[in-house]
Amino acid sequence: MSTVVSQVEVPAGVTLPIYMDNHATSPLDPRVLEAMMPYFTNKFGNAASRNHSFGWEAEKAVETAREQIARLIGASAREIIFTSGATESDNLAIKGVAEMYRERGNHIITQVTEHKAVLDTCKRLEKYGYRVTYLPVKSDGIIDMEDLKRAIDEKTILVSIMAANNEIGVLQPIAEIGKLCHEKGIIFHTDAVQAVGKVPFNVIADHVDLASISGHKIYGPKGVGALYVRRRNPRVQIAAQIDGGGHERGMRSGTLNVPGIVGMGKACEIAIEEMDSEAAYLRGLRERLETKIASELDYIHVNGSMEHRLPGNLNMSFLYVEGESLLMGINDVAVSSGSACTSATLEPSYVLKALGLGDDVAHSSIRFGLGRFNTQAEVDYVAAKVVDVVKKLRELSPLYEMAKEGIDLSKVEWQAH
Amino acid sequence: MAYSDKVVDHYNNPRNVGTLDKNAQEVGTGLVGAPECGDVMRLQIRVNPETQVIEEAKFKTFGCGSAIASSSLATEWIKGRTVEDALAIKNTDIVKELSLPPVKIHCSVLAEDAIRAAIGDWKKKNGAAEAAHAETSAAK
Repeated sequence: MSTVVSQVEVPAGVTLPIYMDNHATSPLDPRVLEAMMPYFTNKFGNAASRNHSFGWEAEKAVETAREQIARLIGASAREIIFTSGATESDNLAIKGVAEMYRERGNHIITQVTEHKAVLDTCKRLEKYGYRVTYLPVKSDGIIDMEDLKRAIDEKTILVSIMAANNEIGVLQPIAEIGKLCHEKGIIFHTDAVQAVGKVPFNVIADHVDLASISGHKIYGPKGVGALYVRRRNPRVQIAAQIDGGGHERGMRSGTLNVPGIVGMGKACEIAIEEMDSEAAYLRGLRERLETKIASELDYIHVNGSMEHRLPGNLNMSFLYVEGESLLMGINDVAVSSGSACTSATLEPSYVLKALGLGDDVAHSSIRFGLGRFNTQAEVDYVAAKVVDVVKKLRELSPLYEMAKEGIDLSKVEWQAH
Repeated sequence: MAYSDKVVDHYNNPRNVGTLDKNAQEVGTGLVGAPECGDVMRLQIRVNPETQVIEEAKFKTFGCGSAIASSSLATEWIKGRTVEDALAIKNTDIVKELSLPPVKIHCSVLAEDAIRAAIGDWKKKNGAAEAAHAETSAAK
């Protein structure tokens, strides 16, 4: 009887399950938790309380965090606005600019592999009379600068292009994009959630006007994010999307999440210290993972540019194996798939489709998101497990059998259902 | 998503995985689904020409755990049944047996389609033989 149950040995020092989905969220660094703890208990003050020590204490902690975050991205503290997370930051940046600069123009440029927080925000603006251009990407996942230049017209007020993609880890040429936008007098927003703390990101060198950042992607807490808003050369203004007590210079009302902000600040401080060595470490782990898998399996495909990519990202398709069934076989490893069966919409990944890959390649994809706390022993186990389960599932796969027989699957008349 | 114990069991220990000679007279092959939809099932049967009983059933499936389990279960159920009996299996029976959630019902539909396609292929191949068989039966 054939069996899919995997008998890969667990190396010493590895505890299951293994977390390798760090683009979705990252574990809280213990140093971050330590910094946060007092602000859950005795330092509980409201940072907006101006007339007692509890408030001053909280405000001081918030200002320290603001400086830590600013330092990581080359900004000044006064340019950091705290939010509930990067989805809110994206909404505030795009809707805030659209509203503020409505008289100047109504055209926004973005691209097809953006996070839904950007795409759905742009779609909503289309309902309100804005024009949105969704640039395509090349097969490596990167936009063509010529497409961007052609898309700009006299009504363009905003370009929103992500720094790094959350599925394939591909880095967009944001410095080039930012420079072009500044030459044309257009505001440049970047969703920098996946890039900040992972690869060099500097708002001055990259000519960024607005940048969305998240706490929980950089080993900080969930429920806190920030928006960088440029104050000089040029000064960028945004219309508030949440009205209330006038916190955050009136750009984002609401009592500040002090423990979360302290944690995000600490996470940024750690990133400043450790980013370079960590990037080298993660690149090593990724190469090890890729090499081990590639040496054992045929019909695999790496999705997106390997050259311009986050160090911890590997997005791979295992042809003729469906992603969800692969996840089921490696159920002691937390990764994610672009398969339709794993998405709420039952549609395969729009990011992978945008690369020009067939739906079948998207269905077979797995995203490995390596992070600070992954070890070489974990990588070895995951590689062995993936190889084992893919081989077993391919014994079950009519497509693999047909491909091996030399049948061109694209020529078969399938009964789509 | 949490899978039922039966889906997990069929996924971990799929029954009747394999390939029959599709050119053999007594073998019927059903290939349903499409790679771009994320599931393809191939179900094959070997039918005893005398008794019309499905003596052997094999499958291979590209798809999620529920698709693999549905086709594995289908081969178990049709083995030992006559062709006409096998056609009585409904996708809803598979849903019930495997406790498939609503989003996975299409896996069971595909398994039913695969049974029908395999039997259809066998009937097409053996159309003449079957007619002859029916004639001899009628003559008795």
